[in-house]
Amino acid sequence: MDHRKSSRRGREGLSAETPDAPGSHGRRNFLKGGLVFAGAAAGTSLSAHAAKLAVPASNQEMGREMELKAYGVPSKYEAHVTRNRTDVLVNKQKWSDWSMTPLQHQIGIITPNGLVYERHHAGVPDIDPANHMLVVHGMVKQPMKFTMDDIMRLPSESKFHFMECSGNGLTDWKAPKSKTVQQTHGLLSCAQWTGVPLSWLIDRAGLADGAKWLLLEGADGAAHARSIPIDKAMNDTMIVYGMNGEMLRPENGYPLRAFIPGWEGNVSVKWLRRIKVSDKPWHLRSETARYTDPMPEGKWRQFSMVMECKSVITSPSGGMALKHGPGAYEIQGFAWSGNGTIKHVDITTDGGKTWQEARLEDPVLDRCLTRFRFLWNWDGGPAKIASRAVDSTGYVQPTVADIEKRRALTGFVQHHNGIFPWSIAPSGEVANAIA
Amino acid sequence: MRLHKIRGAALGAFAVVAAAGLGASSALALSQADFKVGAPISAEEIAPWDIDISTSDGVGLPPGKGSVADGAKIFAEQCVSCHGDKAAGGSMYGSMVGGIGSFTTDKRKLTPGSMYPYAPILFDYIRRAMPMTAPQSLTNEQVYALTAYIYNLNGLVPDDAVLDAKSLTAIKMPNRDGFIVDDRPDTNAKRCMENCPPIKE
Repeated sequence: MDHRKSSRRGREGLSAETPDAPGSHGRRNFLKGGLVFAGAAAGTSLSAHAAKLAVPASNQEMGREMELKAYGVPSKYEAHVTRNRTDVLVNKQKWSDWSMTPLQHQIGIITPNGLVYERHHAGVPDIDPANHMLVVHGMVKQPMKFTMDDIMRLPSESKFHFMECSGNGLTDWKAPKSKTVQQTHGLLSCAQWTGVPLSWLIDRAGLADGAKWLLLEGADGAAHARSIPIDKAMNDTMIVYGMNGEMLRPENGYPLRAFIPGWEGNVSVKWLRRIKVSDKPWHLRSETARYTDPMPEGKWRQFSMVMECKSVITSPSGGMALKHGPGAYEIQGFAWSGNGTIKHVDITTDGGKTWQEARLEDPVLDRCLTRFRFLWNWDGGPAKIASRAVDSTGYVQPTVADIEKRRALTGFVQHHNGIFPWSIAPSGEVANAIA
Repeated sequence: MRLHKIRGAALGAFAVVAAAGLGASSALALSQADFKVGAPISAEEIAPWDIDISTSDGVGLPPGKGSVADGAKIFAEQCVSCHGDKAAGGSMYGSMVGGIGSFTTDKRKLTPGSMYPYAPILFDYIRRAMPMTAPQSLTNEQVYALTAYIYNLNGLVPDDAVLDAKSLTAIKMPNRDGFIVDDRPDTNAKRCMENCPPIKE
């Protein structure tokens, strides 16, 4: 692969690695590879035959000239880091479909805008903000319309929050169908969202007595819509136009979307065009036949919108390999909760019999991805590693077995926040170990 | 630039921003409400966007009606290529027929007939999202007809049915009482550190 060629000068001493091996991608892992290399060198006397370092060509030539105007893109050696359409559950069309974030390559808590996961119900509209409008009506004192200029003229606020699709993990409840953490957990991203509280716009219209729910509706080809309880809408729901310091990307709702912290992604309606207030929920297809949870005795749980506390190890994770043999490795990953902050993350390396607390890396923010790190001395034997998060409500991330005691795991089951194990073979290969 | 806060007996708290040599400007404490953004809009103006149905009571269903027979014709023209003959599943999507009674088995079959608690859900969805290549292109009569056809295929209305706002809302759906409210947290996991049961093999 092209990106491997980045090592052609500095890392010739390292053996060829599988595409997703830890130490083979990303700056942090590049450094880790370098440290291992340096450590190996320090542990033995330096060879008398060591060749002198070659002066890099980049030291001996002018670099690429600057462009007058450009939108910067990642290095060509990072071309393998892509958002991928779902390829485990394969849809027969490309419009009501989803793509997944490459979490194994996400170095910090923020997902770059070009890698934020997507879920569309009728493809991506291309909306001119000059013509876009948001209407607020229904059980209000005065129906109102807002232009983008109106909304962007208001004082703004920015907040860091994760967003996760309710269907994240639906392919991997009881058997390992996916290989990588991108496939098992990639319907998850995290961004800084910028906009205004929804309550400010609702207050301009004025809630009528008896208002209890509101409908958020998109300007896409599915006119995707969800019913939201008025308390949540007026409490912390945002109407956002900004994402990670720039305007939303078209696939993430440009020019305007709802953002509902901690709740399943599809309620944060994209391309938001209309809000209607009522005294009851609408019970649309998207909240009855879809996004509901199968329960025992043929029942379905409805309006289960909070994304509960969850974590996953992103390195080492499925498809990677511990290529440096027995010794020190850093286990790292993400934890998050739609109900608050992360308080603890515990790591097991023996399949769940014993657990030790990982270090949480600042910042630890409300309903935001939190990075955890844990140093592990791999003895070279078979191992099963997993993370378990605890949030600020005291809720402990369950196992799939815990979940199955309460819910019916049949069909396309939503809201999988189960502990997710990876197995490590003596060869160092890491594989999906959900069972 | 220095920021002074001065409390005035009559005016309450206000802030004065003073900059040497530039004079002073003052403002009462402002809030977002002072921006007075947006403009009133009438129901008549909103009407083309006002497509949602309150599906539990049918509020929002428009005038008009459609028959099973007309729905079959429209389906053959506009829907069959993705959904298949008699909505039994096609090139893009699975079956929209059957599944009633399947939810107590381990093979739940989700269709408009088996899953929807309220019959107007199908009208709402077809009108807002179908056909996928030309959403919001069908007339209300066509949407009523397609709704009648799909529910007829599911055995919920007879072959000669003609649905309108009243008769559509009156259909008693098999899954009417199939939903429960969110009762999470429901797992009650413990934070065991030593001698724990292993993660399921």
